[in-house]
Amino acid sequence: MYESLLRFPTDLFAELDRMQREMQGFGGLSLPSSIRAVGRGAFPAINIGSTPTAIRIDAFAPGIDPAKLSISIDRGLLTIAGERPSDVPQESEKLSVYAHERTVGSFKRVVSLPEDADPARVEATYRDGVVGISIQRREPAQPRRIEVK
Amino acid sequence: MSEKREVAPRTEERHSPALMPPIDVLEDETGITLFADLPGVPRDRLTVRLDGEGLLIEGEIAVETPEGTTPAYTEVQTPRFRRLFTLSRELDTTKSDAAFKDGVLKLRIPKAEHAQPRRITVNVG
Repeated sequence: MYESLLRFPTDLFAELDRMQREMQGFGGLSLPSSIRAVGRGAFPAINIGSTPTAIRIDAFAPGIDPAKLSISIDRGLLTIAGERPSDVPQESEKLSVYAHERTVGSFKRVVSLPEDADPARVEATYRDGVVGISIQRREPAQPRRIEVK
Repeated sequence: MSEKREVAPRTEERHSPALMPPIDVLEDETGITLFADLPGVPRDRLTVRLDGEGLLIEGEIAVETPEGTTPAYTEVQTPRFRRLFTLSRELDTTKSDAAFKDGVLKLRIPKAEHAQPRRITVNVG
């Protein structure tokens, strides 16, 4: 609100500070991040969605044998782990490797689930390289309309 | 094979933001093999265009979500992958071969016949 009074157009540091504050969140509030958050480029990348009846987790893990994928829920923590084979053979006299950016080897991601997640009702699919996990919520959390008599 | 920076996009579609898919590129005596990770892209939303100018890999992510899903946390925020490459002259783009399975693209571009290695005998005169 009073920022403009304190900021001088030539003050580069003030400008950077303001940009940093803006990037931290809207209205100067810094958004909390999950304690299990990992840095950029973690494998597999995860998207989490929520509906009134279920929690949906999509893990972007291409080129994996679904039979070798391990998905478990223990005390409210969902763990997705597996191993990704390498498509790049050993470099030799006759073979040059120019780029090797794709993730290789074992991977693991842990997601904390909301309290109403029901570990007994979980479904997982693998399509187009995406692991889709649907976890149903327990009944009481579903919104109910209460009639006024 | 070198990467092309998008300095002057050729068409309107190039302006849309896109993720850069991670790749592996290998070369042996007979050609180049490229692997690209494009998770969430169905077969019919993948474009692989090879022409005299280069190689374009583009894919739209289409992940089915139940109706009424609100995002709670997202690491994949852009629903598109795109990457451009320039190709060198000795590659024969007419004989390329592509396979796409579980979000992994494997593209093989052979070298033209005349560019394949030949053993040169040195005659001692």
